[in-house]
Amino acid sequence: MKYIVEMENIRKSFPGVVACDEINFQVRKGEIHALLGENGAGKSTLMNVLFGLYQQDRGEIYLRGEKVNITNPNIANDLGIGMVHQHFKLVHNFTVTENIILGIEPVKALMVDTRSASSRIREISERYGLNVDPEAKIEDVSVGMQQRVEILKMLYRDAEILIFDEPTAVLTPQEVTELMKIMRGLIEEGKSIILITHKLKEIMAIADRCTVIRWGKVVGTVNVSDTNEEKLAEMMVGRKVLFDINKKEANPRGEVLRIESLSVLGSAGTHGLKNFSLRVKGGEIVGLAGVDGNGQAELVEAIIGLRRTDSGKIYLHGTDVTRLTTRQRINSGMAHIPDDRHKHGLILDYTVLENLILKNYYLEPYSRRGLINWDYVYTHAEQVIKDFDVRSGQGAEASARSLSGGNQQKAIVGREIDGNPDLLLAVQPTRGLDVGAIEYIHRRLLEQRDQGKAVFLISLELDEILDLSDRIAVIYNGELVGVVNAAETNENEIGLMMAGGRRGAVA
Amino acid sequence: MKTKLRVKKDFLISISAILLGLLAGAGLMAVTGNSPLEGFIYLFRGGTMNIERIGNTLATATPLIFTGLSVAFAFKTGLFNIGAAGQMLIGGLCATAIGLTFDWPKAILLTVIAVASLIGGALWAALPGLLKARYNVHEVVATIMMNWIAYWAIYYIIPQHFKGPFLETESQRIPEAASLKVPWLTDLFSGSFINLGFFLAIVFVVIIAFVLEKTTMGYELKAVGYNRDAAEAAGISVNRNIILSMAIAGALAGLGGATFYIGFASNMQIGVLPAQGFDGIAVALLGANAPWGVFTAAIFFGLLHNGKGFMSAMTAIPPEIADTIIATIIYFAATSVLIERNWDKLKKINLENILRRKKRGKLAVKAGGER
Repeated sequence: MKYIVEMENIRKSFPGVVACDEINFQVRKGEIHALLGENGAGKSTLMNVLFGLYQQDRGEIYLRGEKVNITNPNIANDLGIGMVHQHFKLVHNFTVTENIILGIEPVKALMVDTRSASSRIREISERYGLNVDPEAKIEDVSVGMQQRVEILKMLYRDAEILIFDEPTAVLTPQEVTELMKIMRGLIEEGKSIILITHKLKEIMAIADRCTVIRWGKVVGTVNVSDTNEEKLAEMMVGRKVLFDINKKEANPRGEVLRIESLSVLGSAGTHGLKNFSLRVKGGEIVGLAGVDGNGQAELVEAIIGLRRTDSGKIYLHGTDVTRLTTRQRINSGMAHIPDDRHKHGLILDYTVLENLILKNYYLEPYSRRGLINWDYVYTHAEQVIKDFDVRSGQGAEASARSLSGGNQQKAIVGREIDGNPDLLLAVQPTRGLDVGAIEYIHRRLLEQRDQGKAVFLISLELDEILDLSDRIAVIYNGELVGVVNAAETNENEIGLMMAGGRRGAVA
Repeated sequence: MKTKLRVKKDFLISISAILLGLLAGAGLMAVTGNSPLEGFIYLFRGGTMNIERIGNTLATATPLIFTGLSVAFAFKTGLFNIGAAGQMLIGGLCATAIGLTFDWPKAILLTVIAVASLIGGALWAALPGLLKARYNVHEVVATIMMNWIAYWAIYYIIPQHFKGPFLETESQRIPEAASLKVPWLTDLFSGSFINLGFFLAIVFVVIIAFVLEKTTMGYELKAVGYNRDAAEAAGISVNRNIILSMAIAGALAGLGGATFYIGFASNMQIGVLPAQGFDGIAVALLGANAPWGVFTAAIFFGLLHNGKGFMSAMTAIPPEIADTIIATIIYFAATSVLIERNWDKLKKINLENILRRKKRGKLAVKAGGER
């Protein structure tokens, strides 16, 4: 038996798209097999078919050489397939044990027998070096620990084929190293792992083989030892990718944004912002690194005026803007590329043209005496579309919804930069974009910096922060851990700071 | 143009809803042992067979145009104005009170009445808007409550201050000078109760279409309706737009109330929430929230309402069938999402068939060549 999983000619279509088109995919027993592709390439769909969340339109699945029909996740579980989803599926006010046994509770005399379950979980945890306390409540443990609970959940169900969906997206670099160690341990115990990812570094670090998917089709399967990041990227994108960003020396000038001891109350479940201070000068990119949910959202909303501040001040060009409305802040030179482009960036039912005037429709020459000057707006939109390479079926009159993610983002970036801002707040500006669009947006951000604008980059992608920033601030638990010069730091140091370690303690 | 595709699709959906509704009606006529064809002929003739009936159809449609516009306008900002009935009552009360109190020349009196009913309706709807903006009270709940407040306010005010000569339950007839009916128009339509309200309705269809398409105000209102969060992040005041949208919706319904009580009717009765307020929801749905769509849908509804009497007089079909048809059309319009999805599916199947046929054709050619 060579392959533990074989998927043959799998096809799965949704209205309007073919997510998987005649995909062939094989996993050997005892290997870590990476599934690489850009967002929307079809890798998650393929795995959801394997896990029984979707039914394929055509094609067959063989497990251990036998043909199987996986119509729902319970069957997948019975067949020894387990999946750690990108967004964990845990009950927050339950203990680790309660979460793990959920759905298959052992019963003794009409009572749930948590004690025996708990001791078994402890045993598994020790065997794989997971270091999980079965009695801890989920809401009290870190994200990395929650992920290990998900892994335990699979192991408790005797899964042999483990699917990890973008497992490192929520982890600090140290936690990633830890996870890789765990994954190797799992392989030694005879498990097989499918790793869904779009991060090349991780594949090179841990996977044995890699299958690349593009536009719902398999581009190829390669041995990781025979390839390198450049080749994988080329397979993934379909053309050569430039990795190095051509970055000139920064030339910082006067201060544009100053945040002084800002405190903000958080939404339920997340940390607020505590006594946060930071300065961003013109001509520099300041990156804010941190694990998701450590106060970034609150900070951004406070800066653009969508969230009330508790105490502290925000200055733009030395003027206190803390009490100004969002519109007044925009008018004093603030631009914002939001992380959720569908929720905060675009009005999807509006055309590209209408979206491009979202922040200045009421100003001349876009409108006069309350009447929109559609002719001018149209010509202006054509210009922005050309300048920022926004591609759509019907040009300016295409609905924003019909654009691809990359082009939607380019439209937003175009709108924000077109307003000629002094401060550009870029929040996860490349989230979910393909490599080409990422390159493009990075270039635009650097261009803004070189023109003397202040760029405040808030991102969960550490690579992005390291590549673009001149200075890097790290946020943890709503507090500023420290600010370092990008040239004098490395991933390791930032990673430790992201976990709350002060700089002094690191050096 | 930029919205042509969308408009075409909306139009197809509305037409499908109407056809499905008529089909259901035909089924019912057949089941009750009548000829559907005969039924429909009398139904439509009843609304159109002479100039008087056409006039009546337009007169019936007039308040529906206003309430339809009202609901559609609020929809555009993402709000559900279910309180058009109450706003109509307040508009009607303003109109009736002024009409019965002042003895001015017709032109001045009607202008004042129009402005007053507009403001009355606007204020009546602005309050739920304010509650929504300030305290996040859902506008559906608030506007329903406002309906009943209006209902009981009328219940008290009319008998107390404007009591009719014979009945406790209705107001006096408004004087000639305060009526939207004018002799030349009545004569033109040979005695129909069409009135100036219809022209006012056309004016407002044009105004609303203009506001929505050409002004910054319309742009803002629609932006808030489509995506509140993005509008807010772009610096648009969501709360201000919610109140404004409700006020405009209320103003339209208020005017609709005036055209109903001093145009279509000539006095106000207590204890009735005007059905036109709720039919406005259906009109807006069928008209796909577009001003001219609303206009067309209102006239279609006016036709059905007007023709059903004639149908039941000329055949054995009960008039309730017409109401059922209306209800079914509303049902299909409301589930237009389903219709839309099926349209897409139908198109896809067609496309796939065509592709397959082409492929087969090619293969056949190839095979032929090989032979």
